[in-house]
Amino acid sequence: MPDSYPPDADLYHLMAGPEGAIGIQLLGRIDHRVAAQLLKRLLADITSRDPRQVTFDLNRVTYFDDFGVLVLSELRDRLHADQVPVRIVQPPPKVAEILAMTHFDHPERYAALVPKGSDNLILRLGDAALKMADNLRFLVSFLGSVALCSIQVVRHPRKLRLGDTIVLMQKTGVDAIPIVGMISFLLGLIMAFVSSLQLEQFGASVYVARLVALAMVSELGPIMTAIIVAGRSGSAFAAEIGTMKISEEVDALFTMGFSPTLFLVIPRMVAAMLVVPLLTLFSDFFAIMGGMVISVSMMDLTVSTYVDQTIKALSLFDFFWGLAKSMVFAAMVAWIGCRRGFQVRGGSAEVGNAATSAVVSGIFLIILFDSIFAVIRSYW
Amino acid sequence: MIQVRNLEARYGDTPILEDVSFDVHGSEILAIIGGSGCGKTTLLRHLVGLRRPQSGHIVIAGHDITQADEERFGEAQRNIGILFQGGALFGSMTIAENVALPIQEYTDLSPQAVSALVRMKLSSVDLAGYENHLPSELSSGMIKRAALARALALNPEILFLDEPTAGLDPVISAEIEELIMRINHSIGTTMVIITHSLNIIFKVAHRIIMLDKSVKGILAEGDPKVLKDKSPNPAVRRFFNPQATISQRSAWPR
Repeated sequence: MPDSYPPDADLYHLMAGPEGAIGIQLLGRIDHRVAAQLLKRLLADITSRDPRQVTFDLNRVTYFDDFGVLVLSELRDRLHADQVPVRIVQPPPKVAEILAMTHFDHPERYAALVPKGSDNLILRLGDAALKMADNLRFLVSFLGSVALCSIQVVRHPRKLRLGDTIVLMQKTGVDAIPIVGMISFLLGLIMAFVSSLQLEQFGASVYVARLVALAMVSELGPIMTAIIVAGRSGSAFAAEIGTMKISEEVDALFTMGFSPTLFLVIPRMVAAMLVVPLLTLFSDFFAIMGGMVISVSMMDLTVSTYVDQTIKALSLFDFFWGLAKSMVFAAMVAWIGCRRGFQVRGGSAEVGNAATSAVVSGIFLIILFDSIFAVIRSYW
Repeated sequence: MIQVRNLEARYGDTPILEDVSFDVHGSEILAIIGGSGCGKTTLLRHLVGLRRPQSGHIVIAGHDITQADEERFGEAQRNIGILFQGGALFGSMTIAENVALPIQEYTDLSPQAVSALVRMKLSSVDLAGYENHLPSELSSGMIKRAALARALALNPEILFLDEPTAGLDPVISAEIEELIMRINHSIGTTMVIITHSLNIIFKVAHRIIMLDKSVKGILAEGDPKVLKDKSPNPAVRRFFNPQATISQRSAWPR
């Protein structure tokens, strides 16, 4: 059986009869390979003759399926619109069976659907408002559930799933050290380089050390680390929980008497809150190293001056303030990741949306909370 | 239509199938049966080209898919349709879009004609009116039927069905069996069905192949109605007559 037909292959014979009647004898295999071409050629052939009556003879058809039915029904609809009667004659038994199976004589069975028009503005507005309210309700109940479970864990620490938590600490923390270290090192390098260009003009290049240290420890270290964790782990939490939701694993947990929050959310939040401050420490350290490389190699600072200036710039308060912030960021990133995961409904595309949304909301929350911390600090 | 010769399949170092040879004739319904873990799904994955065999040949509609280059392989693939066990409908598309996808890709029909055809196909599996539903909004029986409509989108010469009635209620199962027989009868589609259902084995299939773990290949082949009582192998007879063990159990003292 050929895979494609030459364009001028004999698909049909056309015979003109008396008084504008034409007969069309279809030939051979009528399948998906020829349907489009056959339909196009027949339409052109028939309309050019402006017939009064059209008869389709199916006697010499060797294979026929719903693509053939489509060709016939499209032609019939077109001809009926011009008030031209259409007859089907001599269908072999198999073809007749297919015509009956596809309800060829009852085209209303597969009549065109009324296309779903877009709803009017008020309906859409209401829909959006309802969706938002639903979201808000979910947010509150999720927040409450997390709070309740946290209290449970504080009162009965054995309820924490320690094994899971340790594995998650490894995935969220240890596995992130190379990328956090690399990015922070380069960040320190860039900051030192850019600021040195300015500060050197005033002969104040010694302050590069202070600038890098202060900026990293109090602001950029916690933020950069939290953003990396949001991209690496926040999205992973959302995808993992979302997939579990779709495959009914979350329902299984619930029916077995486990709290999904206690089982899935708390270990992730605890793991993140423990390791992200440590990651932030690494980030600070590597950035200061990056600054030092530039300062020592391009400006005539010695290593000991750089270290001395760094220590002088930092207070213990700055240091712990940064770590405290990173712990809050971690909680937010883990929380929003899990929440997006639990919101997944439907299919695989939703999991992707949840992962995207987890990263975007995570980064937003990080910046939002950083601003709140900045305000608190300025009124301290 | 399909020739399998000396097929050997293994996962890592574990051999699953060794020296399997059989034919599937045109317009035939062949059921592949056997206990869990006997390599039914592995065999199917090889037949449809999802896995390459360790050795041996698989010829589908004249193309040896174990030797074919990408182009020839694609040609062979256009002759086959697959109904996956879970349906494997694309979750982000509506039912109509799922069915329309292969039609749009492989024919030059106008969008209106494609949508008329899709409605025709969906109405033939009793899903008229569900065109704009997402797979996640359908029951498992409807998903199976929609997936069947997608597998039949181009009316392939060969249709592979992986457990078409598993997990469905008897009424819907009977409808799907009816549908399979109707398609086979009307357009002569060759079908390879993996199944545990005795209904399909006895009412739908023309011939069966029984795989077994112990021989890593074909334990029995032929007409199920004959094998049921006449097979020399007691394991084969037991598979077709599961009631025997039940009646023994009911003889326990109460």
